[in-house]
Amino acid sequence: MATPDNSDTSGRPEPTPEYEAWREAYEASRLRDVPFETMSGVPVEPVYGDGPYPGQYPYTRGVYPSMYRSRLWTMRMFAGFGTAEDTNGRFKELLANGVMGLSTAFDMPTLMGRDSDSPWAKGEVGHCGVAVDTLADMEDLFADIDLDSISTSMTISGPAAVALGMYVANAEKQGVARAKLAGTIQTDIFKEYQAQKEYIYPPRPSVRIITDMIRFTSAEMPKWHPISISGYHIREAGSTAAQELAFTLANGFAYVEAAIAAGVDVDEFAGRLSFFFNSHSDFFEEIGKFRAARRIWARWMKERYGATNERSMLCRFHTQTAGVSLTAQQPEINIARVAIQALAGALGGTQSLHTDAFDEAMALPTEKAARIALRTQQIVAHETGAGIVADPLGGAPYVEWMTDEMERQAEAVFAHLEDLGNGSILEGVYAGVDNGYFVGEIADAAYRFEREVNAGRRIIVGVNDFTEGDEGQQNLLRIGAEVEEYQLKRLADVKQKRNDDAVRAALAAVTAAAADPTRNVMPPIIEAVGAYATLEEVVMAMESVFGTYVEKAIV
Amino acid sequence: MTARTGTAPKTIDELYDAARSGHRRSLGRLLTKVERGGPDAEQISELAHPDAGAAHIIGITGAPGAGKSTLTGQLVGLLADAGRRPAVLAVDPSSPLTGGAILGDRIRMDVPASPGATSRDASQTTPPEIDERVFIRSMATRGHSGGLALAVPLAVRLFDAVGYDPVIIETVGVGQVEVDVVGAADTALVVMTPGMGDAVQANKAGLLEVADVFVVNKADRPGASDVRRDLELMLDLSHLTGQEAADGYRPPIIMSSALDGTGARDVLDAAEGHLHHLDEGDGRVTRRRQRVQTEIEARMIQDLSARAAAVLASAEGAAVVADAERGEVPPTRASAALLARIVRPDTG
Amino acid sequence: MSGDQHIRVVLAKLGLDGHDRGIKVVARILRDAGMEVIYLGLRQTTASIVAAAEQEDADAIGLSMHNASHMTLAPAMIEALSDAELDIPVIVGGIVPDQDLEPLRDAGVAAVLGPGASAQEVAEVVRDAVAAHAS
Repeated sequence: MATPDNSDTSGRPEPTPEYEAWREAYEASRLRDVPFETMSGVPVEPVYGDGPYPGQYPYTRGVYPSMYRSRLWTMRMFAGFGTAEDTNGRFKELLANGVMGLSTAFDMPTLMGRDSDSPWAKGEVGHCGVAVDTLADMEDLFADIDLDSISTSMTISGPAAVALGMYVANAEKQGVARAKLAGTIQTDIFKEYQAQKEYIYPPRPSVRIITDMIRFTSAEMPKWHPISISGYHIREAGSTAAQELAFTLANGFAYVEAAIAAGVDVDEFAGRLSFFFNSHSDFFEEIGKFRAARRIWARWMKERYGATNERSMLCRFHTQTAGVSLTAQQPEINIARVAIQALAGALGGTQSLHTDAFDEAMALPTEKAARIALRTQQIVAHETGAGIVADPLGGAPYVEWMTDEMERQAEAVFAHLEDLGNGSILEGVYAGVDNGYFVGEIADAAYRFEREVNAGRRIIVGVNDFTEGDEGQQNLLRIGAEVEEYQLKRLADVKQKRNDDAVRAALAAVTAAAADPTRNVMPPIIEAVGAYATLEEVVMAMESVFGTYVEKAIV
Repeated sequence: MTARTGTAPKTIDELYDAARSGHRRSLGRLLTKVERGGPDAEQISELAHPDAGAAHIIGITGAPGAGKSTLTGQLVGLLADAGRRPAVLAVDPSSPLTGGAILGDRIRMDVPASPGATSRDASQTTPPEIDERVFIRSMATRGHSGGLALAVPLAVRLFDAVGYDPVIIETVGVGQVEVDVVGAADTALVVMTPGMGDAVQANKAGLLEVADVFVVNKADRPGASDVRRDLELMLDLSHLTGQEAADGYRPPIIMSSALDGTGARDVLDAAEGHLHHLDEGDGRVTRRRQRVQTEIEARMIQDLSARAAAVLASAEGAAVVADAERGEVPPTRASAALLARIVRPDTG
Repeated sequence: MSGDQHIRVVLAKLGLDGHDRGIKVVARILRDAGMEVIYLGLRQTTASIVAAAEQEDADAIGLSMHNASHMTLAPAMIEALSDAELDIPVIVGGIVPDQDLEPLRDAGVAAVLGPGASAQEVAEVVRDAVAAHAS
C-alpha cells in the first residue's frame, strides 16, 4: 500500500519557490482528522499540477492553501415557510441533522417590504418563505438557537437594512452583543433591478443604504458580511454562465466603488464581501466560471482598487444548485441533477453550498426531499474524494481554457459597462439598469435557450425527450390559508401591545436619518424595530425620502 | 367575425354613443375597428368628425430609449391631477417577420401600478386606484406604414370626439410616417438625450424641422449641456438652412429628467405655451388643415394603391404586363393604360 | 382585412411575485406567433389589468404566477373582470400543481400552462381560448 521509494510517484509538484511557499502555508494550516487517501487507500497529495497554488494570488485554484482539508464547505440549507415558528422548527431539525449554518428564506411580502396585512400580501403570506412583520417574528424565528455560536444567512435585499436591524435587536434582547453575531445578509440590490425584481427604492438611494450598512457593520459587527453579491438569481432569470459571472462581479465592483466614494478604506470592508453563485448542469462550464471568478476578483481588487490586504482579494462564495434546472416531470431525476451540480460546486472551490430538493420545481420542499438534498452534498463531501484535494481539475486543458474563456467574456462586459459609465463601473451599472441593458441581455439569453429546447436541439431529460415514466406529482407541501390568518392576528396583537408614540417617534427618526446623507440609517432602524415598528412602517419611513422604483425596462 | 367576445354584438352607433358617455370598453372596441380599417372605420370617421376639433393634439417623438414613455406618463399624471382627461396613443413597431408585436409602453407610463407608488402615510398603503380619467392605447405599426397613416389620425379624432383632451401621440421617430404623424400634431415634442444619436442625427431624420418644443431628457447626465448647445446653434442658424418657422417662432429647449420627474411640469407648460402661440394667430387652423390634408393624401394613396393592385391582378392587367414584358409596349405606356382604368378621364 | 386581425393579449404579473423569466419568454413566443402583446410587467393589480384590458380591447389575458398565490389571485382576477362586465379568457402560466387545475377551471380560468409547455402549445392555447370565447 505504500508508494515505491526508488522514484517519486507521489505526483507532488516540482519544488519551485512558488510550491515551497504554498507548502509552508499548507503545513501551517490545521487539518481535519480524516484519511487523506482514496477509498482504496492510495495516499493523495493536497494539490497537483502547476502554481499559483491554492491560497496564492490570483487564487484561481482556491482561496485557502489547504482548502477542504482544513474545513469542508459549510452545508447551508435554505429554509423558510409559513410562520416564524414553523421555520424555527425546520431550523432546529436542520441543525440536528448536521447543518452548520442557517439560511432564511422570507416570503414575498417581506422581501418587498410589505407587512402581512398589506392588500398586496393577500394570498402570498408564508408561501415562499417565512413572513416577518415585526421583531416578534424574528424572536420566534430564532427562539432557542444560540446566535453567538451559529452563522446565519438572510436572503433579503430590498428591506435588508430593516431585517438586519431586527436581527441585531433580537440578539441584543437575547443578551448576545452585536459584535458577536456571525452571518451574511444578501443586500444585493443591483441584481434585483437586473433579475430578481424585488426592489423598493431607486438605485442611488438603495446604494446609499448599502454603504450605510457597510459602514455600520465595519464598525460594529466584525463577523458580519453586510452583502452577498449574487449571481444566482441572474442565472435563474435566464442568463448564460458568463453573464452571471460578469454581471455579478461588475455589481461587486460597483459596491466597492460606492463604498470607496463614501470614504471607507477598501481593505476595511472588501474582506467581508462575499458572493453567491449558481451551479448549473454544464459541469465544466460551471467549474471554469468559479475559477475565473476568483481570478478576476483578485486582479481587479489589487490592480484597480488598490487593495493590499489579501482578504480583500479573495472571492469567497456560496453556491446553490440551479433551481431552474429542476423539472416538474419525473421529479426524482432531479436528485441526479443536484448531485452533479453540487460536485461542480465542490470542485469549483465553493465555501458553502445549498443543494435543492428534488420536488422544488412545483412547491416548497417537503421534509424528506430537503433531507435527501442535504444527504446529497454529504455524499459529495465524504464519499467522492472531493474533500481531500484542492482544485483537482486544475491544469486540465479543457478546464483551463474554459476558465480563460469565462474571464474573456466577463472582461468584455466590464469594458462595455466602463464605457457606459465613462470609466466608472458603478455609473456603468446604474446606466445599464436604466437603459435595460441587463434585463435585455438576460431576456435574450433566456429566449435563445427556450427556442433551442423547443426545437429539440437541446435535450432536457424528462421534458422534451425520455419522457416515459412520469408519475405525476405527489406529496407537495402546501401552505394553507391558516398561515395568513395566524400571521394577521399576530401582527394585530403586536400593534395592539406596542407603544404607538414610541413607534411614531422612532419612525420619524428613521425618516430624518434617511433625509440626511451624512447620517447612518442603521441605528435609528434598530431603535424603531426594537419598539416593534413593523417592517413596512420602517420601509415607508424611508420611502418618503427615497421614492419608489418602477421598472421601465423593455421585455 | 365581429363577435370577438361573448358579449352581445353592438352596432358602431351604439358603441360610439356609449364611448361618448364614458364607457371605456366601447371606446376600446371602436379603436380596434379603427385599426382594422374598412367600412367600420369609415363609419366611425363619419360619426367622430363633427364631434372632434376641441382637443390639443400633442406628438411626442425621439429615438428609442430617449425616455418618451416615462415623460408621457409624467405628463399624463400632471394632466389628470389638473382635472384634464388625457388620452395616449402609444405607437410601437411590430415585428416585420410575423406582424406580431410586444407593446411595452404602458409599463413605462402606468406609474400607479407600483406597490410603492402609494400613499406616503405608512399606515395606509393600499394598492392605488386606477385613474379613470386617463386612457392609454397601444398600437403596433404592423409592418406597413400605410395602415398607420390612416389609423393614427382616425384614432386621434375618435379620442377627441369622445371628450379626451389633450390627445398625445407617442411614437419612435425613426420612420417618415412616424415623423409625419407627429409633425401634423398641434404641438410636436422632440425628446433627445445626451450621447444618443444627438442633434445631428435628429436633424437627418427631419425631426428638427417638425419640433415645436425640444426636450433634453436625462439632463443630469454628462453631455446634456452639449446637446442643448448644439440645438441652440442649429436654431440660431435655422434662417440660413431654411428651417426657420415663417412666424419666427423659436422652439424652447426644456431640460428634464424623466427618471425623477424634474422638468415634466416645464415640458407641459411649454406645450401649452406653444398652443397659445398657435391660437394667437391662425396657427391651429393651419395645423389642422395640414393634418387633414396629410390624412386625405394618405387615404388617396392607399385607395389608389389598392385599385392599382386590383387592376394588375385582373386579366386585363396581366395581359398588359405580358405585352410590356414582350417589349410590345413600354412600361410608361402600360401604366398610363392601366391608370385610365382606375381613374375617370375627367379627373385624371 | 382579415390579415390585420392580430390577436391582442394582455400579459401581466399579478401581485408581488417578481419571477418574470417565463412571462418574457411567453411574450416573445406570442409575438413570433403573430400576436400583439400588451406587456404590463410586474406588480399589477386586478384593477390595473381590467383597465388595460378595456383600453386595449384585449382578446385574452395571460397571468404568470410562480408564487403559489394562484389559488387566491386567479379567482380574484376572474371576479374583477366579471364585475367590469368583461368577458375575456384568462390563461394562467407558471407553477401550478396538478391538484389545483380543476379548482382553477371551476373558478373560470380558461387554460393553465405549466413549465415545459412548448412554444407551439403556448400559442395554440391562446388561440383556442380566444376562439372558444368568440364562438
